[in-house]
Amino acid sequence: MDMSQYLEIFIEESKEHLQSLNQSLLQLEKNPDDRTMLNEIFRVAHTIKGMAGTMGFNRMSKLTHDMENVLHALRNDELEVTPELVDILFRCFDALENYTANIIETGSEGNTDSKELSDVLSGLLRNKKKSGAKASEQTKAGAPPAPETEREIASDLELDQYETNLINKAADMGNDAWQITVRLNKGCLLKSARAFIIFKTLERHSEIIKSVPPVQDIEDEKFDFEFTVIVLTRADAEVIRKDLNSIAEVDDVIMKLIKERNKAAVGVQAEEMPAADQLQIPADIRQAAAPGQDGPEPVTKKTKTGKTVRVDIDRLDVLLNLVSELIIQKTRLEGLEGIERTQQYVEAIEYLERITTSLHDAVMKVRMVPVETVFNRFPRMIRDVSRELGKEVELEMSGVDTELDRTVIDEIGDPLIHLLRNACDHGIESKEERRKLGKPESGKIELKAYQDGNNVVIEVGDDGQGIDVEKVRKKIVERGLVSKDAAANLSKKDLIEYLFRPSFSTAEKVTDISGRGVGLDVVKTKIETLGGTVEVETETGRGSRFYIRLPLTLAIIQALLVMIGEEKYAIQLSSVHKIINITPDDIKTVQKQEVVMYRNSVIPIVRLREVLEVPGGSDADQKVMTLVIVKKGERLTGFIVDRIIGQQEIVQKSLGKYLAGTRVITSATILGDGNVALILDVNALAN
Amino acid sequence: MADQNTTDARRYLVFRLENDEYGIEIDKISTIIEKDMDITRVPKQPAFVKGVINLRGEIIPVLSLRLKFGLDDDVYNEDTRIIIIKVDDLSIGLIVDSVAEVVLLDDETTESVSNIAGERPLEYLKGVGKPDGRIITLLDLEKIVMPEEAAT
Repeated sequence: MDMSQYLEIFIEESKEHLQSLNQSLLQLEKNPDDRTMLNEIFRVAHTIKGMAGTMGFNRMSKLTHDMENVLHALRNDELEVTPELVDILFRCFDALENYTANIIETGSEGNTDSKELSDVLSGLLRNKKKSGAKASEQTKAGAPPAPETEREIASDLELDQYETNLINKAADMGNDAWQITVRLNKGCLLKSARAFIIFKTLERHSEIIKSVPPVQDIEDEKFDFEFTVIVLTRADAEVIRKDLNSIAEVDDVIMKLIKERNKAAVGVQAEEMPAADQLQIPADIRQAAAPGQDGPEPVTKKTKTGKTVRVDIDRLDVLLNLVSELIIQKTRLEGLEGIERTQQYVEAIEYLERITTSLHDAVMKVRMVPVETVFNRFPRMIRDVSRELGKEVELEMSGVDTELDRTVIDEIGDPLIHLLRNACDHGIESKEERRKLGKPESGKIELKAYQDGNNVVIEVGDDGQGIDVEKVRKKIVERGLVSKDAAANLSKKDLIEYLFRPSFSTAEKVTDISGRGVGLDVVKTKIETLGGTVEVETETGRGSRFYIRLPLTLAIIQALLVMIGEEKYAIQLSSVHKIINITPDDIKTVQKQEVVMYRNSVIPIVRLREVLEVPGGSDADQKVMTLVIVKKGERLTGFIVDRIIGQQEIVQKSLGKYLAGTRVITSATILGDGNVALILDVNALAN
Repeated sequence: MADQNTTDARRYLVFRLENDEYGIEIDKISTIIEKDMDITRVPKQPAFVKGVINLRGEIIPVLSLRLKFGLDDDVYNEDTRIIIIKVDDLSIGLIVDSVAEVVLLDDETTESVSNIAGERPLEYLKGVGKPDGRIITLLDLEKIVMPEEAAT
């Protein structure tokens, strides 16, 4: 499986985590008693471990794992934070930084083992009170070496008799034999299609006599990002090179002349190439002629430049605000007095209008990212994790195209990794256990994203054993969090709440996957900083389901703009069920609640003018009233408005802390004319 | 800089409400704008919360100091200004009749709140500045931007 597309995410995130690790370590050095810093360092180490493990950077993963053991001991007061210890942690940090630097340079973590550091770390554990060096576990993390082979050029090819003959015969006829290695861009999506184009191009000039890997495999995309062919041609090498380089997504072309007339073994002997041949093909070929492993180095550097740019979200904010300003000025220009509205003027204004609108849309869309970009990493992770645990787990994802604001997307990865790992580790039972329980051997984890009103909900559900609330009850008493009597009275819901507290875990044994109590409190803190909530539903023997509810703080929504008196309000279109006209006679009163009949059911109505205390006018003198019927769950409610303005895509903006308590309003938006319209809280108004 | 000699000197922006002069620390002010846009009323808010405006893409609540201090409602004219202050990361606009000037006040020309009693907007008062015989009421912005639970 190809991980290169996630490499960039990994690099960026590692940089961030390392940055925060560095800061936390400095803080810890200053205040050795600072528990929150210790927790923070632990979390960062844990996260890096998870990420590195997912990417197959086992050395990094191993080192962070060893760090975690020590940090865990620190958290449990089995070890003391001494300057020496902080030094060691800093050395670990340096090592991690080196790994990351290596990954940035070459895409691989390199061969430097941090054995010495690991030994120091486990030495620390052994020297102190409770050792528990967990040797068996460490070996687990140390598994196979990083996959570096993918970077090596498929080296000199073996030629069979038939091919040798062909080359010799061609030489007799004045044709050259070239070994051409083509390296595709790492971002290339349709590799086989690209290869097909390359083959077609080559066939214009030459005859392909051999391909490594075989053509069939290339067609099936069974190759990394490069393949090698041997061609016979009369054409000039530079011409071929130029044509190949002009194909999109070709990163590099390496051509070697195959020495003619060596009947014993016709091979590629770049070293023996006559000087004349070298002159003919400058630059790269000399690289290729150099010893094998040096070849790829300069090339991998090129692959760093991807097609995406990571932009600081603040810059996008600035951009968006500037665009809003532009729109306001445009509107002002339109309305200027004392200007002769010539044809040219009107055209220019119209054109300006189109541009600003498109610009606005474009900037807003830039901020929205489908959750897919985060979800994509998970299948592989689940596969690895379940394999490690010897479980069979199937990950089912849906709603991957649900869009979230960039800020949220960037933050949501870690909490989801925690939840998914938890589900694998604690949720899903072992195969044997599942068989005994009559469940299918393969467990199921569901990852679902969807929009629900003003929120995006991400559900992580499993069909495992559920949360054992009795175990939680026992644990909190053991940990001295609650007295025995008090614990006995705690409800299921209260007990589950304890899972979200720092340093709490019900896992019986510490594993590489999860189970040190870092999981849920991190999840909760993170989600809450995003303004969201986490809830759990669990049923013993049937599984658990986590609901992460995230607000669309700066989401673009479709809204219905309505007029009430002189004021404009927006109603989220997704909650609008229907708009109908009614007359005052249609309104009846049932138990002091005004209602109308709609499709044989009675629905309550709300006079927005009164509820919102809109100054001036009244509904009384209207013969026909506009009723916007909104849907909340299964319930319908009618809102009386004066007039419908229309449907519009709007950006939700927070009202800010000062007005946060305004219950009937969720947020605001800036209209094209620069004025602010408030977005109604349909749920609150319907109650 | 002139204020380097006097250690505790601070710059205050002086503005007017009715016939009185008020001062707020200049480093709390992010900008001063003319009142040339509509203020969108926000329902279910006390009367002194005039609503929200769009200031360069940011939604900012605007308060009427007149109503907050129990004076008559604002009458907007070309002197009306909205002073945008920033306190604890919170941006808020304050509507004032007009903006006068910036004055430099130090300990000599400032009287702390404990020495004054019985004045009208006492709860928002931080002190009184008395440069050249004038009386400038210095406002405690933190208290002004504190959401009022009492206000109904």
